[in-house]
Amino acid sequence: MMLEASGLSLPGRLFDASIRIGAGELICLVGPNGSGKTSLLHALAGIGRPAGEMSLDGVDPRRLGPARRPAFLTYLPATRDIPWPLVARDLIALGGGDAAFAALELDALLDRRMDRLSTGERSRVLIARALAPRPRLLLLDEPTANLDPLWQIRLMQLVRSEIRQSGRAALVAIHDLDAAARYADNILVMDEGRIVGEGLDRVPDVFGVERVAGEWREVRPAADRRSWP
Amino acid sequence: MRVFLPLLLALAAALAASILLPFEVLGALDRDLAWSLVVELRLPRALLALAYGATLGACGAAIQALFANPLASPDLTGTTSGAALGAVVTAYLFGFSAPLALSIGAVAGALGALALLLALAGPKAETATLLLSGLAISALAGALTTLALALAPSPFAFYDAYDWLMGSLIDRSLEQAAFAALPALLTIGLLLRLGPALDRLSLGEEVAQSLGHDIARLRLQVICLTALGVGACVAICGAIGFIGLIAPIFARRLTRGHPGRAILPAAAIGALLLVLADLAVRLAPLGRTLPIGVVTALIGAPFFLWLVAHMRWRLAS
Repeated sequence: MMLEASGLSLPGRLFDASIRIGAGELICLVGPNGSGKTSLLHALAGIGRPAGEMSLDGVDPRRLGPARRPAFLTYLPATRDIPWPLVARDLIALGGGDAAFAALELDALLDRRMDRLSTGERSRVLIARALAPRPRLLLLDEPTANLDPLWQIRLMQLVRSEIRQSGRAALVAIHDLDAAARYADNILVMDEGRIVGEGLDRVPDVFGVERVAGEWREVRPAADRRSWP
Repeated sequence: MRVFLPLLLALAAALAASILLPFEVLGALDRDLAWSLVVELRLPRALLALAYGATLGACGAAIQALFANPLASPDLTGTTSGAALGAVVTAYLFGFSAPLALSIGAVAGALGALALLLALAGPKAETATLLLSGLAISALAGALTTLALALAPSPFAFYDAYDWLMGSLIDRSLEQAAFAALPALLTIGLLLRLGPALDRLSLGEEVAQSLGHDIARLRLQVICLTALGVGACVAICGAIGFIGLIAPIFARRLTRGHPGRAILPAAAIGALLLVLADLAVRLAPLGRTLPIGVVTALIGAPFFLWLVAHMRWRLAS
């Protein structure tokens, strides 16, 4: 077992979440808007003074200082805004990684300023910032947002092969249920700040959608779908 | 670093010029008199220009990095006017000849203004909110300073305070210069240590936190240090504007946009700008000496306008 965390809480946003991720596992996190996916990633990344226990190969990475932290975990936020117009190469270096990180075909982008890139290009640089330090635990919030269909596929395949080969772990919050089903070793379903289940079985009651004849449709009535305590 | 050497050389040359020029005056005096002219008048003045300019540059760079905003600076965020208010109030209580009390008063005023700014605009202020809040605080501090002037116990106290408010490096003793220079040195030294964290902050606050930086503590450190440095300089020399806005903008061009790494070059550029401005004030053939705060504002305000126009144009395109 690689990551074990329990009692993770952030006031008003996340309530007593527990999670285990084995070496080489990619876990996808799904849930409606506001269900606490980002909050769970925050709690694991040590953002906003979370409560709870966490052990990553015997270490609580949230107690590590800036020098050692990127080797243990990195976090990709859902926002693609960068407050300063840094050069892409410098941005990746600031994240503690090597800008020579080749997997995302960044050569043409590395020496350009972030504010002059398109949103999708900026996303790829920001993803490279999180991947390049090769952390034991990758925490990615909506990594495929803004990417074109080819890069969506390539990115998820890259993340999966990277962590499988080196026995690391990834927790990926994602809205694309099909991608989650295709790439994840396990799917955690969140609602109202809690982890409420595993696998896509809970999707109809949590999201109010279900798969009918190969496409997602709204389940009716959606109003009383939330039935757990 | 290759760009840094010419900067330091320029600064050294400007300082030497500031101490020695105009040379004929020194040459015409006998040796003792020339020596005392240099030590008692020109050296404190050059030292103050160096310390004040460097502090404004470094604090401006740190504040811009903290607020992630190139338009933040000690004067535009109300720090300078808060310090001025604190100093004027203290001056009425203890007189202008008590540099320690004046420094404490000014630092307290600067700290108050920054705390108010953080409460009003929030830690991640957008440009408009930041500037409006800074404007409001500046206006409030300015009004209270004017009120303090109006309630001056005597015309002399009024004149002293008014003269000091305009911002001046003239007629300060070496002791007074030390009261500005030592806190300035401390401030810049400690700000430099925050540089790496401020650079990481440019990845966004959440990412910086996930990389192990305590952002709440960083914010407190930058604010306290800025209040200390700016407050101590304002206490001795009055309010001097725009250096803290301009210097970091040029400095970041030397650091490929890294806001934290820009602190040291910003200090050097700030010092260079203020030493040059002081030199211009001294050597300008106007028959009388302009207040240096007026000179920096006359140069800085158009630059600020250009900057706002430039940003608007970039946002629009």
